[in-house]
Amino acid sequence: MTQLSYLDGNMLDGPLRELFAVDLSAATGRCDSCGMTGPMACLHVYSHAPGLVARCPACTAVMLRLVRSPDRAWLDLRGATFLQVPMPLDQPHPRPL
Amino acid sequence: MSPGFQGRPRSAEPALPPGQYLTEDFPVLSAGPTPKVPLESWEFVISTEAGEEHRWSWAELMALPQETPTVDIHCVTRWSKRETDWQGVSLDTLLNGVNTDAHYAVAHSYGGYTTNLPLGDLRGGRAWVAHRFDGADLPAEHGGPARLLVPHLYFWKSAKWVRGIRLRTMDEPGFWETAGYHDYGDPWREQRYQGD
Amino acid sequence: MSAAPLGWRVARLVERRVETPTAQTLVLEVPGWPGHLPGQHVDVRLTAEDGYQAARSYSLAAPGTDGRIELTVQRVPDGEVSPYLIDAWAQGDPVEVRGPVGGWFIWRTEETSPVLLVAGGSGIVPLMAMVRARRVAGSRVPFRLVYSARTPTDVFYADELRRRVRDDLGLDVAYVYTREAPEGWRGEPHRVGLADLNTHGWPPDLEPHCYVCGPTGFVETVADLLVGLGHEARRVRTERFGPTG
Repeated sequence: MTQLSYLDGNMLDGPLRELFAVDLSAATGRCDSCGMTGPMACLHVYSHAPGLVARCPACTAVMLRLVRSPDRAWLDLRGATFLQVPMPLDQPHPRPL
Repeated sequence: MSPGFQGRPRSAEPALPPGQYLTEDFPVLSAGPTPKVPLESWEFVISTEAGEEHRWSWAELMALPQETPTVDIHCVTRWSKRETDWQGVSLDTLLNGVNTDAHYAVAHSYGGYTTNLPLGDLRGGRAWVAHRFDGADLPAEHGGPARLLVPHLYFWKSAKWVRGIRLRTMDEPGFWETAGYHDYGDPWREQRYQGD
Repeated sequence: MSAAPLGWRVARLVERRVETPTAQTLVLEVPGWPGHLPGQHVDVRLTAEDGYQAARSYSLAAPGTDGRIELTVQRVPDGEVSPYLIDAWAQGDPVEVRGPVGGWFIWRTEETSPVLLVAGGSGIVPLMAMVRARRVAGSRVPFRLVYSARTPTDVFYADELRRRVRDDLGLDVAYVYTREAPEGWRGEPHRVGLADLNTHGWPPDLEPHCYVCGPTGFVETVADLLVGLGHEARRVRTERFGPTG
């Protein structure tokens, strides 16, 4: 019997880098359920499943889900109010419209 | 291609659904923490589209006629397991006396998991609320105290830690079905993802 | 790092080194590898003749040089990927890699806070990458490593760690053995406890960065102990690894 447990949010970086240009483990996320705000790296990721399920470490609500088929990816971020992504200062940024 | 890499043995036997391999052990899949459900407070509820509720306590479930299906199971993560032995109560028994015109069902679980399937697939001796596996009480990591068992569909439809079934006139996608997985999930037609 | 989504690259085996009876360091050649930070990892994907694929994530064990990367892989009994990498993968044969990935469990050589590394078993791999990067960068940041292994023969990089402690100023290494200690070892085999972290770690008021890597239970225990000792939770970075192989 495999001893089952969760992994750190760190492990989301590989699968998510197929979609995004930055590593999201360094991003800060807010749990839409309990309001806890912290590094995505600290989420609890359940990976022995049909997809990846990342839960808030405080209240266990689902903050992110990722399902990958051979030709498509589904990303559900309903459980995250926001992701705050660190951006390099030297990168040109557009002003608000 | 990595020469010499074979991966787990995948069977070409016609009796396995396409893309599945056989396993002897029973992999544990889980999308969240394992809920602890004391039998004293456990209940199973069928609620109809009209809001009518039918409840069973653990003792009441045990008092119903028990069946012992032996079935093959197929997980969408590609493992299949042959001739698994279960004990449980047929959904035919539980739905008997439930007045409904619904065509769809949403199974829901302790811990918050949900999965949708046509109500018809819960009838006809094809679905059970199972509480024993391989001659012993169903372990928590496999869905104990009780799980849904619908072996003719991919195993994510067989909700672990099942708490009840909501009957619905419209199909309501569940946990995996809202994240890309198929609403029906027939392993023989390889209905893994939406659109398959 | 590069500002585009990552795809898979073809990698070939150029060298293997035996670390323990069940673990090897694999040196891969990856044309176009963009470089990486200590602590980052890489996903490795194998494809069988009939198209079946299996992927696993491995920590990078050393700073990258000239399109070469190093992984140290522990053979997981009944695993699917690690037995292939260790027993069957021949030099020159291709696998696919995706990386580097990881934006959190990383140490940057320009950082100045003291560092505490706590490794459980093969959790040493990304921490060794930090120890090696510190040396390459000529960093003087004080490093302490607490390394928990089952027995002395399970210790990865044993000779190199001895050399590093001798040659790298400001690096200390303490071992904890859980099953069997070497001859003449003071104390009994035990799991990492408060006393080990207290004696061989840093006091919280020095505000060290703590990196903890190992199996889930180990990481849980050590992270709780560190926070209990007064280390701020945000300075305790963890990387758990699961049982799949």
